[in-house]
Amino acid sequence: MRQAKGVRVALFITCVNDAMFPDTGKATAAILRRLGLDLQFPSSQTCCGQPHVNSGYPREAISLLRRFVQTFADYDVVVSPSASCVSMVVEGYPRLAGTSGDATLQADVAALVPRVLELSQLLVDRLGVLDVGAAFPHTVTYHPACHGLRTLHLGDRYERLLGAVDGLTLLDLPGAEECCGFGGTFSLKNAETSAAIVATKVDDVLDTGAEVLTSSDNSCLLNVAGALGRRNRAVRVMHAAEILATTREDGESWRTRLPSLAGAGS
Amino acid sequence: MAHAAALAGGGRLVTRPTGPVRWAGAEPFPVAAAQQLEKQEQRDTLRRVTHHIRDKRAAVVSERDDWEELRRAGEQIKTRVLRHLDTYLEQAEKALTEAGVTVHWARDAEQANYIVHRLVAETGSEEVVKVKSMVTAEIGLNEYLAERGITPVETDLAELIVQMADDRPSHIVVPAIHRNRREIRDVLAEHMPGVDADLPDDPAALAAAARQHLRERFLRSRVAVSGANFVVAETGTLCIVESEGNGRMCLTLPERLISVVGIEKVVPTFADLEVFLQLLPRSSTGERMNPYTSLWTGATRGDGPQDLHVVFLDNGRTQALADPVGRQALRCIRCSACLNVCPVYERTGGHAYGSVYPGPIGAILTPQLRGMGDKVDRSLPFASTLCGACYEVCPVRIDIPRVLTHLRAQAVDHERRRFSRVGERAAFRLATAGLGNDLLYNAGLRLGLPLAHAVAGEDGFTGLPLAGARWTDSRDVVRPPRQSFRAWWKQQQDGGET
Repeated sequence: MRQAKGVRVALFITCVNDAMFPDTGKATAAILRRLGLDLQFPSSQTCCGQPHVNSGYPREAISLLRRFVQTFADYDVVVSPSASCVSMVVEGYPRLAGTSGDATLQADVAALVPRVLELSQLLVDRLGVLDVGAAFPHTVTYHPACHGLRTLHLGDRYERLLGAVDGLTLLDLPGAEECCGFGGTFSLKNAETSAAIVATKVDDVLDTGAEVLTSSDNSCLLNVAGALGRRNRAVRVMHAAEILATTREDGESWRTRLPSLAGAGS
Repeated sequence: MAHAAALAGGGRLVTRPTGPVRWAGAEPFPVAAAQQLEKQEQRDTLRRVTHHIRDKRAAVVSERDDWEELRRAGEQIKTRVLRHLDTYLEQAEKALTEAGVTVHWARDAEQANYIVHRLVAETGSEEVVKVKSMVTAEIGLNEYLAERGITPVETDLAELIVQMADDRPSHIVVPAIHRNRREIRDVLAEHMPGVDADLPDDPAALAAAARQHLRERFLRSRVAVSGANFVVAETGTLCIVESEGNGRMCLTLPERLISVVGIEKVVPTFADLEVFLQLLPRSSTGERMNPYTSLWTGATRGDGPQDLHVVFLDNGRTQALADPVGRQALRCIRCSACLNVCPVYERTGGHAYGSVYPGPIGAILTPQLRGMGDKVDRSLPFASTLCGACYEVCPVRIDIPRVLTHLRAQAVDHERRRFSRVGERAAFRLATAGLGNDLLYNAGLRLGLPLAHAVAGEDGFTGLPLAGARWTDSRDVVRPPRQSFRAWWKQQQDGGET
């Protein structure tokens, strides 16, 4: 479980977490450090370019792909608390590099992709850990984000990680596998349809009666929390990493210590 | 086109549906969807029925431990057919001809309609019974025939309801999915000649009334028109799968049978049907086997139609075939599994897509068949959250999200010079420049976040201006933090914390 000597691990925090959800990044770092990993945060990282590709601007994303490859080329493991951004890298980058006509870039991408992991893949598959030493005495429901579910095939990794958290009660989310309706620019271009979809997700979350909604992706949570907040301000929304980072020492102070999506940030 | 127009006789294009595939008066998807979302009763019906079918599908698919192998087999057979389409089509033509079937070729809707009309008119019949078929809807055959004095009678119950109500189908397999039982009763009571005015709205009574109505037409019609689910190149066998048996009536009672078939419907060998006859019913209606599977290879003396015609239709298919990413849409076997799991379709229904082909498959098929020349077609690839549920259930593994993003890039390229796109492209270029420059990115976060944090206040952003209002009309934006992750990281590194 301990890091082999000389293994270089980089955090790929993603631009959304960097700018909007720094607590998720801090939590990711906290979990991995607790497990004995030595982490780097290469500061030249920015955005993976997924918004560009999904909106019909793949050519505008190629410079971001190059930047990503340069930023992370020297690391043995690149870990991210976003299934969506990891999907872009793992599935999208080989295709995008293929359209660039640059054979070196394609080779670099092919070499890097197997080293890019979503947080739960690193924890469960590489480190073989389910119990990360967390304590969180609350009822939680988990929304498996679409890219984690259907592109990365994360399966029940997060349910198993959350199930091992001391004191945590995991409540099944009805229709869990259904999209929250975010879809990046879809939420703006087809705002009415997006709102109709997220309304169902909010209903389902409220039906569970859980205190906390969590997921592997803050972009989905940004959407659900934005709609949930107008219906019920009592349900807290936080990335799964933030739950896994919480320890017994944090006790009942989690509400103020991890203000998460609704709060004052850091 | 001049050739097609000349063939059609009058030179006047049929306007319903507009050209091939799409309906007249269709609005871009976001506009049409917003209108459909207002129909609460329709939304309740759609949710109930799509969930019912998707649950049935999931149950029967889970019975098969070789489902993934079947999907891959389906994918591979179809991919092979598309790669060697010219060879298989010629083989199919030869086998069909040897079996006594007359083969016709139609480049587009105009030619196909012209051929079918001529074949019907030759018989002197003023009525044709129709097997439910997507391809004849695609070419607007019913309207074409009606304008020339021939009455097309849809015999699939749901298609009949849609036709009687002068409505449009909204689903590939369940065309009247947007109507509930009470509405269906009202349609039949109003439009079906000689029906009991006090017709109750229970399914058995409705089916009995339709059976009575259709039976007369089966018995008197001398010509039938069908599509085909599959054409076997090796044997010249046509295959139609259905649930009601009304198709079987059309395929056996008339004297002349005209089958309009998209060129992508060919499968190489009879044994290939084994794969698709397992994939299709489980995917479309959630049944292990559909009630009626009709196969015919030419005419059988003294039994069934003696005069058989096949009209092979291109209508944009070779155009789609030329696109290395987009061509996988031609693997589609019209099962509708993607519609039934789509979060967008479930809310908006099929009419929002403005096309004979709704849902995720329609969003990639319609713009490929028609091209990107029209803003309605260009809006379709954006009608998806890219959640991937469609790809997961597709029995021939069409990577619909991938084709959607591929087509989005084409749509954007097509609108390069439009004002709205100029602004959007500039925004993405600006974003790329900012995200690709350490100084700009860091400065943006360092200066922007404290400001956004202060302006947003405790509740976050609840009412943004301009495009942001599209978000805050239904959602808040959570309050941004004061400090970015990178600023925190640098601080703790500089401070020597671990």
